Amino acid sequence: MTTSPSIAGVAGAVAAPDAPVQKRKRPRVQSPGAIVAFVSPFALVFTLFYVIPIGYAVWQSLLVVEREGTFGEAREVFGGFAQYALVFQNAEFWSSVGRVFLFGVVQVPVMLGLALLFALLLDSPLLRGKKFFRLAFFVPYAVPGVIAAIMWGFLYSPNLSPFEAVTSQVDFLSSDLVLWSIANVVTWVFVGYNMLIIYSTLLAIPGDIYEAARLDGAGQARIAWSIKIPLIRPALVLTGVLSIIGTLQLLAEPQTFRSFSSAVTSTYTPNMTIYATSSIPNVSLAAAFSVVLALATFVLSFTFLRITRRKAAAS
Amino acid sequence: MTTTTTMTAVNPRAARRPTGGGQDAVGRGPREGVIPRTAAFIVMGVFTLYFLTPIWWLLIASTKDRGDLFSTNPLWFADFRFFENVGALVAYRDGVYLRWLLNSLLYAGVGAVVATLLASMCGYALAKYRFPGRETLFNVVLGGVLVPATALALPLFLLFSQVQLTNTFWAVFLPSIVSPFGVYLSRVFAEASVPDELLEASRLDGAGEVRTFFTVSIRLMFPALVTVFLFQFVSIWNNFFLPLIMLRSEELFPVTYGLYAWNSTINQFPELRTFVLVGSLLSIVPLIITFLLLQRYWRTGLGTGALK
Repeated sequence: MTTSPSIAGVAGAVAAPDAPVQKRKRPRVQSPGAIVAFVSPFALVFTLFYVIPIGYAVWQSLLVVEREGTFGEAREVFGGFAQYALVFQNAEFWSSVGRVFLFGVVQVPVMLGLALLFALLLDSPLLRGKKFFRLAFFVPYAVPGVIAAIMWGFLYSPNLSPFEAVTSQVDFLSSDLVLWSIANVVTWVFVGYNMLIIYSTLLAIPGDIYEAARLDGAGQARIAWSIKIPLIRPALVLTGVLSIIGTLQLLAEPQTFRSFSSAVTSTYTPNMTIYATSSIPNVSLAAAFSVVLALATFVLSFTFLRITRRKAAAS
Repeated sequence: MTTTTTMTAVNPRAARRPTGGGQDAVGRGPREGVIPRTAAFIVMGVFTLYFLTPIWWLLIASTKDRGDLFSTNPLWFADFRFFENVGALVAYRDGVYLRWLLNSLLYAGVGAVVATLLASMCGYALAKYRFPGRETLFNVVLGGVLVPATALALPLFLLFSQVQLTNTFWAVFLPSIVSPFGVYLSRVFAEASVPDELLEASRLDGAGEVRTFFTVSIRLMFPALVTVFLFQFVSIWNNFFLPLIMLRSEELFPVTYGLYAWNSTINQFPELRTFVLVGSLLSIVPLIITFLLLQRYWRTGLGTGALK
């Protein structure tokens, strides 16, 4: 697996936020017809399948179902923030939010720490066989979440696992451990992917930067810590944001684990709560959950960006 | 997200740096000590086992019949029944598994091709033309990058219910052709790899803008387009919530959803266990092949050499 030039390019672009930009003079082309032809197809599908659905979900979350009498005709009427009041009273939803939050606080640093370590090792002269390691670590990314969860589910189970000596002693599917067993599945899939993003950024750093450090007798560890990590901070922030978003959206792995472990309830993560609520069907409440989750995601990733920026400015 | 000006600071040379060399090529200073090298190798070796053992186990499990699955060494071959297993899998319920595989290829393959085309045209226009609303459009697209596919599943379901399109092929296919990230990448790459002088020359030759894009620019942007295609392919292939919430009919399932459905009923139908394992193995193969086939394009340098 080679690194994609474009990841390197993007990472390079992100890595040099203060680089002077040479603005080329663009010829002022007057070809409105061509511009419309280029832009409108994407604009159309983006509007239809991004903007309108989001708007519609917000609208749906403001409706309540009214019945005339117990068996009367159900009608949807405007209910203002009635659904949101229900969201805030819904203990199951908030415990699922708390669960993914706990998951993220532990899993994201572990995963990114490993990805950073591997990327630095790949980028150091300490290692032979880089091509092989890069490919081997990236292979799990080709495994969809559902399939990865099925595989690991079998590996955790006491009777099928090749590691029976361990699984017969430790119940990885118990209510205490299953969250961390899922964390392991997610880590297994995504470490290599994050490693590649970070590694591409490292490749974009011109090698002569390290010359002076090397002449001063700095070892690889010192070069990594004092030069490389500060330079690739933007890539780490990017992978951090993507991982936080991904964690809040957890669905496929825990949903698949339900067939291996009774500890995973139908409202185990926020998205599972949304799915369960929409199948009742209570679409207005599900829509309200969705809006709250989307806002929470936005606020969290934004806060993360702010904190990391401030740190960058301070250092 | 950084401002748009920094997006243009792509360093095509960095992208063209030969991979695999890493820093080896640079200043072979003093030889590194034996201890750090051994430590590095041990760390990478241990984690290689961690990443590959589950896949090895799946490969072995796919070659066994039901009895051997429980009674023989899980990490080594017993009676080699792989082809019998595959035969039984594709024969099961009139070949529904092959149907799922085909569905996945249609959703992800065709969807990613269309998505790449739409995104690259839009990104190209954002990079190479000036028009009112350009910045606004780009910022809206960037906002779209931050909205994960999973978050859109329920809103899309609500909307598609209104127009009676749930439980159809289009319910999964249509949302897959939108790739804001692809627009962003295409813009960055068009800036870096399509020189204005070339477009000028093309205009002097009397070629139309659209024709120039399809004959000249698209070739220069090709490595980027392959990357956009790959990202979108993987994200459609892995998107589980959308089919889960949209589809009821088995014959429309992508392979991930199909295997999930089988896996959920294993306790009632134990004979499905072998099918789930073999099916999982076979479903990973197309993605790995796609990665390997497109590898050489990832390496292709940007067409900055077009201008002499």
